[in-house]
Amino acid sequence: MNNDWPLWEVFIRGKGGLSHRHAGSVHAADAKMALEHARDAYTRRMEGVSLWVVESARIVASDPAEAGPLFEPAEDKIYRHPTFYTIPANVKHI
Amino acid sequence: MAAPPPLAAYALRLGDDSLILGQRLSEWCGHAPALEVDLSLANVALDLVGQATHFLGVAGEVEGKSRDADALAFKRDVLDFTNCLLVEQPNGDFAQTIARQFLFSHFQELLFDALTGSSEPRLAAIAAKAVKEVTYHAQLASDWVVRLGDGADESKARMSAGLDWMWRFVDELFAMDALDNTLLKQGVAIDKAQLRPAWDARIESVLADAMLSRPAQRRPVLGGREGHHSEHLGHLLSEMQFLQRAYPGAMW
Repeated sequence: MNNDWPLWEVFIRGKGGLSHRHAGSVHAADAKMALEHARDAYTRRMEGVSLWVVESARIVASDPAEAGPLFEPAEDKIYRHPTFYTIPANVKHI
Repeated sequence: MAAPPPLAAYALRLGDDSLILGQRLSEWCGHAPALEVDLSLANVALDLVGQATHFLGVAGEVEGKSRDADALAFKRDVLDFTNCLLVEQPNGDFAQTIARQFLFSHFQELLFDALTGSSEPRLAAIAAKAVKEVTYHAQLASDWVVRLGDGADESKARMSAGLDWMWRFVDELFAMDALDNTLLKQGVAIDKAQLRPAWDARIESVLADAMLSRPAQRRPVLGGREGHHSEHLGHLLSEMQFLQRAYPGAMW
């Protein structure tokens, strides 16, 4: 029976102000059931204040075979990290 | 044996309803149609057992015979249980379990909502916490009633049969007796009969969405509040109470 239900990805917002983070997946027949299953499987221990579910098939993923051209060019662009500034001593909370 | 104080008897009824249904639902653990449904039912069961702990705790306190919630749950025999007959009915198939949950959770939500205004602060506090749990139970069960009722021929037939099985035990939910009326006058208890129209409206609305018709009225079965139970309760208790009967006082 389980095989008949599509897979849904579950995202949880831990608390107000944080973004939703991927928590796992559930099987469910429709969106409403997916939310209920996500609630029952992933928020039993006060993990969150908001849930997103999205059908796994709807997620577009990058091709692992293209990881080279996609991600490796960033490796030697260390100037993109804001680490070359001298922070004045009286500036706090950075 | 002298009758217990009315408040103790009333809290016992509330606790027994939650306890017995919680135990029944726990029987699904590891057997539900899907892993996710297994968790859903186990969560509902744990909510109910939690409510029972609180209500039975109050019952034991008011009774004043140094029986705590565990003693009341595990060391009473079947005739001393005062739950309604609906909650002890067997699980049957998944649809029958959902039918029982659907009919009971809507009742319990209305009851707890009203009970938050009880003049007895301990009952009002338990109800205030539990009503949120039960609102979710009612929603979950309603969604399943619609899904099965408005589903395939097989699921519709099973949902319909499940409701037929459980319908005899509905009137007892709303029945008022001397204990209810005594405590109602003190502002402690709820007039359950007055909850019926709201319950009927909720049930009708979900059944309409599910393309199901209301089961035919049959002779209601009553007696749970006086300890007159169906044969099913004894079997449930023999499993639930086994450990404390075999190893009295065992803890972990």
